[in-house]
Order: sequence, then C-alpha cells, then structure tokens
Amino acid sequence: MVRGLLASVMVGILCAVMGTYVVLRGMAFLGDAMAHAILPGVAIAYLLHGNLLIGAMIAAVIIALSIGFFSKGGTVKEDTAIGILFAAALSLGVALISSIQTYAVDLSHILFGNVLGVSVSDLWLTAGLGLVVLASVALFYKQFMVISFDPILAATLRLPAELLRNLMLVLLAMTVVVSLQTVGVGLAAAMLITPAATSYLLTRRLWPMMLVSATIGAVSSLVGLYLSYYLNIVSGSAIVLTATAIFLLVFLFRPKQGLLWKKR
Amino acid sequence: MDILPESPARLDVDNISVAYNGTPVLRDITFQIPHGARVAVVGPNGAGKSTLFKALVGLLPLSSGKIFIHNLPLGHHLDCVAYLPQREEVDWHFPVTVRDVVLMGRFGHQKWLQRSGRLDREIAMNSLQQMGISDMADHAISELSGGQQQRVFLSRALAQEPHIFLMDEPFTGVDSTTQEATLVLLDHLRQKKVTVLISTHDLNLASSRFDAVLLLNHTLIAFGDPLSVFTPENLTKAFGPQMLKLPDGMVLVDDCCPPEESSDRKGKVN
Repeated sequence: MVRGLLASVMVGILCAVMGTYVVLRGMAFLGDAMAHAILPGVAIAYLLHGNLLIGAMIAAVIIALSIGFFSKGGTVKEDTAIGILFAAALSLGVALISSIQTYAVDLSHILFGNVLGVSVSDLWLTAGLGLVVLASVALFYKQFMVISFDPILAATLRLPAELLRNLMLVLLAMTVVVSLQTVGVGLAAAMLITPAATSYLLTRRLWPMMLVSATIGAVSSLVGLYLSYYLNIVSGSAIVLTATAIFLLVFLFRPKQGLLWKKR
Repeated sequence: MDILPESPARLDVDNISVAYNGTPVLRDITFQIPHGARVAVVGPNGAGKSTLFKALVGLLPLSSGKIFIHNLPLGHHLDCVAYLPQREEVDWHFPVTVRDVVLMGRFGHQKWLQRSGRLDREIAMNSLQQMGISDMADHAISELSGGQQQRVFLSRALAQEPHIFLMDEPFTGVDSTTQEATLVLLDHLRQKKVTVLISTHDLNLASSRFDAVLLLNHTLIAFGDPLSVFTPENLTKAFGPQMLKLPDGMVLVDDCCPPEESSDRKGKVN
C-alpha cells in the first residue's frame, strides 16, 4: 500500500506537469492515443515475462516516431495519423492479451491500473523516469515555452523546433508509461489533462501553472487512493474522479474572472 | 533621407523565389536595403508580403535565390532579425505575463540553459517603458486590449536589440495610441540605425513616413523612393482591377481590411 501510494503521488505530479504542455499545445488527443498505443508493448512484455514498463516504453517511442513519419510534410494530417495508429495499436494489444488465459483480470489491471501490484523495482523505475522528465522540463523551460507560445519567435531565435518537439513527445511517452501502474492506459489521459486544465483556470503564468497542477495531481492521487481503499473501488477510477471533482469545484467557485489572483 | 546603396547593405535579397504549400508565391525578387532605412512593403492582399517576411526570418524555405544579412547568408546571425507577427498568429490565451513575453526577446542573447539576469530584466523594463506599458508588466497578456498586446510585442522586438525589424501590418486594427506609439518607435529605431520593413495597406502612410516603398505582387514591381514608386503605371501593375483612375490623373486604390481578416480580428480581440 505504501509503495502504491508513493507511485500514485509521483505519477500524479509527473502527469500534471507534462499535462501543462498537453493542455496548452492542444495535444490532448495525442496524450490519449499515446496511452492506448502502449498496450501491445505491455502485452508482449507480459507474454515474454519481461518488465511491463520497458515494453510500454518501447511501444510508446515507436508510436511517437511513427506519428511523425506518417504526418511528415502533410502527407496525412497529424490527428488522422494518430487516430489510425492508436486504434491499430489498441486492437493489437487487446488481441495479444486475449490470447492469455487469465486475460480478463490482466486486461483490467493494464487498462485501469493496479497500484497494489507496484514492486520495489517498479517504484525505482518510476522515480528514475520521473526525474528525467522533470529535469528536462526544468532545463528546457525557456525553449519549450517559446515553441509552445510563439513558433515564429522560435524560428527567429533559430531554436531547433523540430528537435524540441520530438523531445517533448518522448517525455510525454515516458510520462504515460509511468502512469500505467496507477491509473492504467484507459485513464492516463485524464491525469494529463484534468489537473493542468484546473490549474489553467487559476494561474496566469507558466511555472505557477505547473506547480498548482502538480499539487492538484498529487492531492488527487492521495485522496483517490484512500477512497479506493475504503470504498473498495478501482484505484485508477477513484484517482481520476477525485481530480475531476477538483476541476468541477474550481470551475464553479473560482475567483470571479480571476480577481483574487490578479493582485500578484 | 536618401537610400542610395552604401556598402555593405544590411539586407541583400538576391533573386529569391518562395513557394507556400507547393504554389509559388514570390518569384525572382531582388533588392538591397542599406543601414537604417525604413521601407514600406505594399501590395494587394495575397501579394506575398507576409510570405516575404517569413522567408526573411527563415520560416519558409527558399526555392531559389539567396538572402544575405551583413553580407553573410541567412541563419548566420542569431539575434539579428526581429519579427512582429500579425495578431492572428499568436496564442493570446497562453499563461504568460507581459514581462514574460518581453523577456523572451532576450533569449537570443542568452546561452541555452542560462536564465534571464538583471541586465535582461532592465532591458525588458526599459523597452516596456518606451512603449508606455510598463505599468502592465505583471498582467497576463490575455487581459490586455489589442493595441496594448501589440505594444507588448513591439517591446519584445526592442528587447531583442535587432538589426533588422520586420513588422507585419502593425497599423491594421489597432487604436490610435498604438499607431502613434509605433510611429514614435520608428523614429527611435532610425536613430539606432535599425533597418525596418513594414507591410501596410495605408498608401498615404507609406508615401509620407517611409524612405522607400517596395511594391509587390508576386514579383517585385517597383522599389525606390515613394514618389518614383507610386506612379499610375506601377499601381495599375500591382493592384489591377482594384483601382479606380479619375480623369484628373488621381488614382484610388480600394484595398483596405479584407473582410475575412477583419471578422477574424473581431473574434479574437475580446
């Protein structure tokens, strides 16, 4: 339970920080697709008795690069490429998992997370990947902000925008992979989007948006996990529903047009 | 002020052609702009004014020809060109304050992982003061009026300390305070010997406040001082049927504020 709690909070924070860019750059669909697309990687790793996270990571990187490949130069629109690849990968994943005898249980763990099954090595891997993602977001704060806010300025500053975009996709992939254990592929997108969208209503600058978003992510994970324990419901659902409840509260009761927040 | 070519020309465009989404927009454009000149880029809608600017900052690839800045090929200088985008091209709901935006102008002077220091902050505040919006420094850009937003972007361009400054339609759809602030800024830039290219629909402004006019309609129709460029022949070549010639030799051009642009703008201002 303690391991589960630690993993949930780490994932909550990580998703919330990356989610800031997902919300601001309008990558919600991509985040959702990425989460589903890692399913075949997980299934293959499971069948081969390998580490599920590593399988997921490989699948995520392949998907991220394929989306870039198909949509390069406008041959296929990016969201179309995402749609095709995401459906295909999800189908392949389900097909592979359905060949496993106990597939109903396993599938639900993968789709909706299984915090109680978090091992010590999983925890270390989560912490490691999380650290890499957070460090990159901090190091390239300036560059990521410019390519997201004003691509034309990025060009006049001669920033390698293509490279930075790909780096962001890889970071997103890592985040989604890590969130697999706690909320599962079905709900990872919610953890990316909901805390960041809530924070967007409350803040006016990028880094406070990330901080508030991270706090909301962590609190949702903590509260959600306790709720799942006492109400005996799936942890991933409980966490996402908590985050959604926070969003609704903020949406309804936020300071009128941000009056309270204008002072700072 | 005369714009006789002195050497080295700040901006040297050598026979460039640019295509946008596969269709050629600019063909065989050649011109030189010397130090500190102020040039109006004029032409009908879709003539390729924005395309020219985007090619000059390296946003669009050249299908042929070359661009030199200080006699060096484009891309050689890091901080040389500043660009004021059209209002539609910016995400006004991004969570940044006025100060954040202006500090972005300093990124070109910083190392990759370097943060903005005291000097950067001073320069940013000075340029905000110059544009008369330093009291708005901590406001989110979404809270500003259209004219104030434009002044924020002008401040940012100032903070970039550019050698060449490109402004895409800075006089369209903004209040008179901002227009005036923009004109004052132009005089300041002239003192600093900054070369300025401005696209505009305002032909009167182009002929009264600029050293030279670049008349464009996919090809370069004329380039030189306003009097020699604004002749009935040249205007007919550029604007064609959009023009009315009066018997006493006066020429009227109706080309302001295309409908789709103005409706767009209304949607985004509030």
